Amino acid sequence: MNEPSLEPKPRRIWLRLLPLAVAMIIGVFLFVGLSLRPKEIPSVLIGKAVPEFDLPALPDRPKGLKTADLKGQVSLVNVFASWCVSCRAEHPLFMKLKAQGDVPVHGLNYKDEGPAAMAWLTRYGDPYDRVGHDLKGRVGIDWGVYGVPETFLINAEGRIVCKHIGPIMERDLEEKLLPAIKTLRQGGVAQC
Amino acid sequence: MTAELGHYALVLALSVALVQATLPLLGAWRGDPGWIGLARPAALVQCLLIVAAFAALMYAYVTSDFSVLNVATNSHSAKPMLYKIAGVWGNHEGSLLLWLLILALFGAAVAVFGGNLPAPFRARVLAVQAMIGVGFLAFVLFTSNPFVRLLPAPLDGRGLNPLLQDPGLAFHPPFLYLGYVGFSMAFSFAVAALIEGRVDAAWARWVRPWTLAAWCFLTLGIAMGAWWAYYELGWGGWWFWDPVENASFMPWLAGTALLHSTIVVEKRDSLKNWTVLLAIVTFSLSLLGTFLVRSGVLTSVHAFATDPTRGVFILAFLIAVIGGSLTLYAVRAPAMKGGGLFAPVSREGGLVLNNLLLSTACATVLLGTLYPLFLDALTGEKITVGPPYFNATFGPLMVPALIAMAVGPMLRWKRGDLLGAVQRLKFAVIATVLALLATLVAAHDGPWLAIPGIALGVWMIAASVEEAAYRLRLFRVPVGESARRLMRSPRSAWGTTFAHAGAGMVIIGIVASSAWQVEKLQVMRQGESLAMGPYEIKFQGAEPIDGPNYSAVRGVFRVSRNGAEIAVLEPESRNYQDPPMETTEAAIRTGWGGDLYAVIGDPTGDGSWSTRFYNKPMIHWIWIGCLMMVFGGLVSLSDRRHRVGAPARRDVPVKAAKTAASMAGK
Repeated sequence: MNEPSLEPKPRRIWLRLLPLAVAMIIGVFLFVGLSLRPKEIPSVLIGKAVPEFDLPALPDRPKGLKTADLKGQVSLVNVFASWCVSCRAEHPLFMKLKAQGDVPVHGLNYKDEGPAAMAWLTRYGDPYDRVGHDLKGRVGIDWGVYGVPETFLINAEGRIVCKHIGPIMERDLEEKLLPAIKTLRQGGVAQC
Repeated sequence: MTAELGHYALVLALSVALVQATLPLLGAWRGDPGWIGLARPAALVQCLLIVAAFAALMYAYVTSDFSVLNVATNSHSAKPMLYKIAGVWGNHEGSLLLWLLILALFGAAVAVFGGNLPAPFRARVLAVQAMIGVGFLAFVLFTSNPFVRLLPAPLDGRGLNPLLQDPGLAFHPPFLYLGYVGFSMAFSFAVAALIEGRVDAAWARWVRPWTLAAWCFLTLGIAMGAWWAYYELGWGGWWFWDPVENASFMPWLAGTALLHSTIVVEKRDSLKNWTVLLAIVTFSLSLLGTFLVRSGVLTSVHAFATDPTRGVFILAFLIAVIGGSLTLYAVRAPAMKGGGLFAPVSREGGLVLNNLLLSTACATVLLGTLYPLFLDALTGEKITVGPPYFNATFGPLMVPALIAMAVGPMLRWKRGDLLGAVQRLKFAVIATVLALLATLVAAHDGPWLAIPGIALGVWMIAASVEEAAYRLRLFRVPVGESARRLMRSPRSAWGTTFAHAGAGMVIIGIVASSAWQVEKLQVMRQGESLAMGPYEIKFQGAEPIDGPNYSAVRGVFRVSRNGAEIAVLEPESRNYQDPPMETTEAAIRTGWGGDLYAVIGDPTGDGSWSTRFYNKPMIHWIWIGCLMMVFGGLVSLSDRRHRVGAPARRDVPVKAAKTAASMAGK
């Protein structure tokens, strides 16, 4: 085998390093991209009052959900459905929140049959204070729901502070929602 | 138990892959035949183990074993068997396992059929292939294990996304992956050549069939995906410049360039550096596609359930593979000196032009795909780059490439005669001018861009046909002589003819179906009619029907032309229960002139329905053209010189012996 002859040709070296440089620059951007969340489309509802609505309760479960219920204290509204797999993933976190009794969590049961939703809550536990039954998904449209699960943080004046699309993970709760709730409680302005 | 066996097989495969990635490489360096010899059996064992793991997952799906989490979240007992099987790769974990399976199969193919490769080189190729395998096996085992159990097992599964329950899509991922992963062969050969510091004609002859096969699969995979989008999504379109579509299109563009540049390496011993770089870039783009789909970095309809840890893992792997190979390239590239010189106007020059234009087009697609990410990272602004950007940049780059594509095969190696080549294409020139005039007359009120567009397609087809006729000396020598030439002309030349003509058909299909499409959106009552072009469409009513795992509404539309009924269109709007989701099933009538496409939407509440119709002239030319390109690829793949490993038959012992000698000389 003939040994490759490495002739130093300054201009050529830059040319040869060019593909590597381009690849590395793209790599850096991809790495930054991992921490960005393109799915977190800034909702137009952020900072606005929650839409006017009045939903009935689920069958055999007291307390429906309406606009007035979201005023007076900081709360979370979780959009869920019994047919949604990701909802099951985030469910234990809401159960934990309920056990801590720190912040009320309300449910917006989205496009779901009443008995199916109740069976689901019986099986996996019911972390919600109030649950509105949005069978047709009409209220969901006003809330700008486009994928289940979604979770909204509402301040004491009944304004939407932030919106989380997709299942809540331990990290989202610890790093995003809980600090925001704390700030809101102390009368601060939270953003997430 | 089966799931555990599958998991165990994967762990074993990882250890075998680790051995295969290291010892043969060291062996080739030290010249130790024992360690070199390890590569072959290791590749075969690794392949067997991965086949076993894949079979175990498949078994869990077929028997609806819902104690396996992956099956429970992606399958359902009421699902038809085809989709239970397709469900295996209809999710993140399973599709990665399919990736691995194909990678291992390609590795095993080199081990089995690579008998004509020099042993040290083969060992290096297989070692590089195993390195990729190690990365993916580790990825599956540490972040995306498909064999995780779910206890207690649920009574039934969550079902496969109904959009994916479609025969077109059931086979779309396997073909796409065969393409993506197939380019790993070109990559492994390139890296092995860089390590060895040598690229020559024999190298190109080994790389070309693998690239060609991967290219055929990828073309078919992309075409299937486009076809699925066309009739399943119900938007009437088939290509949306979505990030994930681009992710499959970029390796295709780079792979097409690679396909052509290997010809130059093989025939003229030139463009070596560039070809090796292209081989690395093509596979890198395949990996980038995998990353984009699975990391959630870009928003797309295709994105799998995403998880940041997975994203970090693939990115690290991506940087190791791409960074490593490009560093090796930077160090070793000067060793690969091109031999053959050529004039700008020559076959080589044509192929260089093809490569320049294809890779620039590929770069513009890459830029458009990643631009939202760049902007978000730098300024926090969120935008999407849509079809206008791609149409404005990609189109103008492809037009010269397509015009030149027809002339290229007519040019001689080393020094060509452009004027002579065009003169030899005089019938194609006449056909093109006629097509231009005919379109001008037939569609003088249509979009003016359609006129040169159709002419371009006709030019590509006519020139391909005329080039073939020229090769046979048709009508200039006795028919018998032409027939003899037909028998002897190399299949790769026929592959070119078919593939180039197929590309021309695709162009005509794209231009005609987008320029002269008629679209009607209308709320219709039962018994109402509407006129669309030459057709009259009458709404006969909508009826509820039941499918195996969905309920649906089927609209019945009678289509007549000049009073005679020509078709009944029955589009459906399906409601799946597990998981609940609505899908549209467009009804499509394909005729000689094109497709009539009907979609039924929602009832408006007062007994009428929203409906949508398209008349898409010549759209089937796109699908036929794609199939013809694939056919061309397969014909070229069957060329004699790719089968040199087979015992020499026929009456040309001298040539066979020569080839064998040149192989041995490597």
